[in-house]
Amino acid sequence: MSIISKETVQYVAHLSRIELKEKELEVLSVQLEAILDFIDQLKEIDIANIPPTSHILPVNNVLREDSPKPSLPTEKVLANSPEKEGNSFVVPKVIE
Amino acid sequence: MPEFQLTAHELIEQVNNKNTTVQKIAESLKKRILETDPKVKAYVRLEHAQSASKPAGESSGILKGIPVSIKDNICTDGINTECCSKILSGFKPPYDATVIKKLKDAGATILELKTNMDEFAFGSSTENSCFGPTRNPWNLECVPGGSSGGSAAAVGADEAILAIGSDTGGSIRQPASFCGVVGMKPTYGRVSRYGLIAFASSLDQIGPLTKDTRDAAILMNVISGHDPMDSTSVDAPVPDYTKALTKDVKGLKIGVPKEYFVEGLDPQVKTIIEEAINKLKSLGAECKPVQLPHTKYAVPVYYIIATAEASSNLARFDAVQYGYRTAERVKNLIEMYCKTRGEGFGDEAKRRIILGTFALSHGYYDAYYLRALKVRTMIKQDFDQVFKEFDCILTPTSPTAAFKIGEKTNDPLKMYLSDIYTISVNLAGIPAISLPCGFTKNSLPVGLQLLAKPFGEEMLFRVAHTYEQNTEWHKIKPKL
Repeated sequence: MSIISKETVQYVAHLSRIELKEKELEVLSVQLEAILDFIDQLKEIDIANIPPTSHILPVNNVLREDSPKPSLPTEKVLANSPEKEGNSFVVPKVIE
Repeated sequence: MPEFQLTAHELIEQVNNKNTTVQKIAESLKKRILETDPKVKAYVRLEHAQSASKPAGESSGILKGIPVSIKDNICTDGINTECCSKILSGFKPPYDATVIKKLKDAGATILELKTNMDEFAFGSSTENSCFGPTRNPWNLECVPGGSSGGSAAAVGADEAILAIGSDTGGSIRQPASFCGVVGMKPTYGRVSRYGLIAFASSLDQIGPLTKDTRDAAILMNVISGHDPMDSTSVDAPVPDYTKALTKDVKGLKIGVPKEYFVEGLDPQVKTIIEEAINKLKSLGAECKPVQLPHTKYAVPVYYIIATAEASSNLARFDAVQYGYRTAERVKNLIEMYCKTRGEGFGDEAKRRIILGTFALSHGYYDAYYLRALKVRTMIKQDFDQVFKEFDCILTPTSPTAAFKIGEKTNDPLKMYLSDIYTISVNLAGIPAISLPCGFTKNSLPVGLQLLAKPFGEEMLFRVAHTYEQNTEWHKIKPKL
């Protein structure tokens, strides 16, 4: 049975902000199907009463003093931008 | 022997005895890289080779003038750091990663050439690099392993004195094994991740790839420790790891998990590992079978957790602050993101981001992501149980020696399974080391993996060094 349809892959690709070519979509659907089928073996384990581990260390909310410090100079921040103007990043129009 | 063939500790001694100079080391290494790297392709952007011989700064640190090769996903101030991905083309970080700062403080010379890797560390063969694959110095038709394949091949080919890699599911240890070098994945939190371009933040660790265990210990002394810039780095004292390099394993209890000696393990690798076990026994260690019952679930758990975290971490590549932007005319911001990311990411990156997004999406979160986190707990508990009684665990690093270039590129699942023995370590956050322990009939290196409890790096160095000093494997070099 198909776990993941082409439409689902297309939808998730859009959520991921990745444009796929038709050929890529086809190959990916087949590959993801096989990968998810393999991952489905996790369903055979009894996970009742097992707490999830999202992080291996028992550290929570590491805080530092909220003291002002110098930040990177604007030129350095902008240096890697594909498009910039003055002190700003340039992006396509956001508001219609 | 020319400088490039020596270990860092030998070079340090030679400089101290005035048998060589920092300048001679730099020249020797540069010459070696220019001669052999066109074959091995361990480095990317070879045009930066000129600057490989930059003299060391003013420092009296332990690594004064020793060149260190850095994986392309660790930020170096003003030096290209592109994760071997088109989407980060041209990126020059405005700061140094903490490990780079520590290396510089210790006097090391950071090579401006970076080492090749699978794009964003997604892979086990270094074939997913936008610069093309690295080749295994022992057989140029074979992969060097991955994702730190460039760092491992550089050390194996004597094109690096010391190298730094990163390990999320085996990316230091598996290539170390394939290239016949030493590679360590430290305990999660031992080394700062600040400036490591994130793949899976709960699994990533930076670590050394070196010619022997002493060099690995020296590098660990330099790069370990708490960093206020990484809230997951642990504020625990850093021991002098070179003090753990004793030649004694008498009475140590070493567990050998039976789940690692099953179908899929190459019979030649199995025999070589069994010989290594016998060697350690003859040196006085006690080797006994142990159980890690959830081992077979490590790969599926990993490919949910690692891809989920990656899908979130890689959302930052939006063509605004750095990297590649589509040349196509776009109508709006969303279209710019989609086109840029469609063009900029390679196949494996797209596959993992989409799989991770799927696992986290509404309706699938409990079935995939949450379930994987729970099984992760069980995998960790398996290790906790064994380490109550045993000092360390011994396994093969990889089920096979290096495979052929192109052999697994069309089957992602087959590629994922080549990390079957290394992945559990990252899920449990424990340290592990891979070191050379023999060769197959085709003269390809095989790696021995040792695992210890959290912050048990000293135990790993003790056992690894004892084995190494009682064998000759680390002295055998490829013919290039």
